[in-house]
Amino acid sequence: MSRIHTPAAGRMNTLARNPVMIALFMTLAIAGCASKKNLPNNANDLGLGANAATPGSTQDFTVNVGDRIFFDTDSSSIRADAQSTLARQAQWLAKYPNYQITVEGHADERGTREYNLALGARRAAATKDFLASQGVPASRLRTISFGKEKPVAVCDDISCWSQNRRAVTVLGGAGM
Amino acid sequence: MLKRNIFRFLIVLTGMVSLMAAPAHALVEININKGNVEPLPIAVTDFLQGELGQKISDVVAADLKRSGLFAPIDKGAFIEKISNPDAAPRFEDWKVINAQALVTGRVTQEADGRLKAEFRLWDSFAGQQMTGQQFFTQPENWRRVAHIIADAIYKQITGEEGYFDTRIVYVAESGPKTARKRQLAIMDQDGANARAVTNNADLVLTPRFSPNKQEITYMSFEGNQPRVYLLQLETGQREVVGNFPGMTFAPRFSPDGQRVIMSLQQEGNANIYTMDLRSRTTTRLTNTAAIDTSPSYSPDGSQVVFESDRGGKQQLYVMSATGGGQNRISFGDGSYSTPVWSPRGDLIAFTKQSGGKFSIGVMKPDGSGERILTTGFHNEGPTWAPNGRVLMFFRQNAGAGGPQLYSIDLTGYNEQLVSTQGFASDPAWSPLLE
Repeated sequence: MSRIHTPAAGRMNTLARNPVMIALFMTLAIAGCASKKNLPNNANDLGLGANAATPGSTQDFTVNVGDRIFFDTDSSSIRADAQSTLARQAQWLAKYPNYQITVEGHADERGTREYNLALGARRAAATKDFLASQGVPASRLRTISFGKEKPVAVCDDISCWSQNRRAVTVLGGAGM
Repeated sequence: MLKRNIFRFLIVLTGMVSLMAAPAHALVEININKGNVEPLPIAVTDFLQGELGQKISDVVAADLKRSGLFAPIDKGAFIEKISNPDAAPRFEDWKVINAQALVTGRVTQEADGRLKAEFRLWDSFAGQQMTGQQFFTQPENWRRVAHIIADAIYKQITGEEGYFDTRIVYVAESGPKTARKRQLAIMDQDGANARAVTNNADLVLTPRFSPNKQEITYMSFEGNQPRVYLLQLETGQREVVGNFPGMTFAPRFSPDGQRVIMSLQQEGNANIYTMDLRSRTTTRLTNTAAIDTSPSYSPDGSQVVFESDRGGKQQLYVMSATGGGQNRISFGDGSYSTPVWSPRGDLIAFTKQSGGKFSIGVMKPDGSGERILTTGFHNEGPTWAPNGRVLMFFRQNAGAGGPQLYSIDLTGYNEQLVSTQGFASDPAWSPLLE
């Protein structure tokens, strides 16, 4: 499942134009774990299985909470669907306070290399700030940007680009 | 491991080989400012003696052909077989096959083992020698001698400096897109002699030559700390540029080689800084809540062009080298990035994104006279040949597994694939080596 909009749509958040999607994401958030396999790029898609994860493990975080959020083209605004994911992350991180966290920011391929490094950093910073606003101590949070250099989805259309515009919350990791 | 003495190279130009009277004025010439130039038919004969002479003449002919300004004539059409390159050729034989210019030469080995290469450039229709030169070098440098000869021919006929005796530093890419390995590599401008200068798992990006060709500045993710580095090519010695509290990226040298200009990322903002390589002092040039990056000095060092999204989309701005007077210069549709100032100072090349396409273009430093040279699915990151006539950039076509390097004439004609072993991106052209 991926949100459809044109890459040239500009930096304004497109949520307002998409009330159906907002309603859908809210439904997903309320429905809880049973429906999360519908979320894009959720680790359930990898066949890991939600019930197999040990509570408090990296797998638990990835599978049952969701380790990544997605962005609109050229934007670092935290979308409504991403806000619920980050709220779940913050709750989980409060429960397991021993983890240091690195937020990795990424961009899609439809930009130039240097700008995308900065855009990925901007997304990581926005994600970090949101987690901090949800009570995660800033001392636990680091960020790193990989720009467009580490895509997870490889094709030359929007279905991949929308998955690559992401911030991934990594337990441990090494950023600055 | 770095090969030592990459740039230590001895070529001695021992002066003009004088045979005939000084050239007259009405000799063959190409006006390269005319737009789409009809290539000049030229005969590049095999240098005497043997296989090495033939290889040198092949490299000379290939350089001239790739420039788009010359059309080397098939050797099978030659009538006269050159047996004495010091003697005047039978001009009638070359006029018959429309060879407006003719190159003859000889390669011999000196008693001390050095190679001696001589060439003469003739104007067939004027019946005169245009120039003649000789060089001494180590035999393994024969390709460089060929490039230097091609540069001399180019300069004699076009009136402008050549660019064949140059190198390209670039990012060599291998492996699948989701686990791409990237190394810095250097090759001759024609794609020969490619060799890696880094070889580890760290992500490396945006290498740039120093003006003295001895150093590369680039970005590396070594230790998951993305920062700008300086690499000494001869020794392989590396150092981090500056002690900045965040990611540094998009480095370039100042024209005098004394400073590195780059971006520093802090939270969501990127601003432009310089570091003086001798005093290690750093200076902040921009101070906005935007992404300011890809700085590039004017050749006189007095100004800097950079990209910023301070107005919404990425656009090009010019400021003084001390950060004053930041003025937007790009106003067309779409967004503009990766500006790079021509070595001649007259133009700024850039990447433009518009309508879902990526183009390479040029504009004057005041923003006027925008011209798009090539457009497609993804073209990015232009770099100038040292004479400001040719640009190289990287291109990825839709559905392709990775990017490749291309060169294009300033006129937008003569687009050429630059052959590399694997995928390649982020080319940066060296100055002339001599």
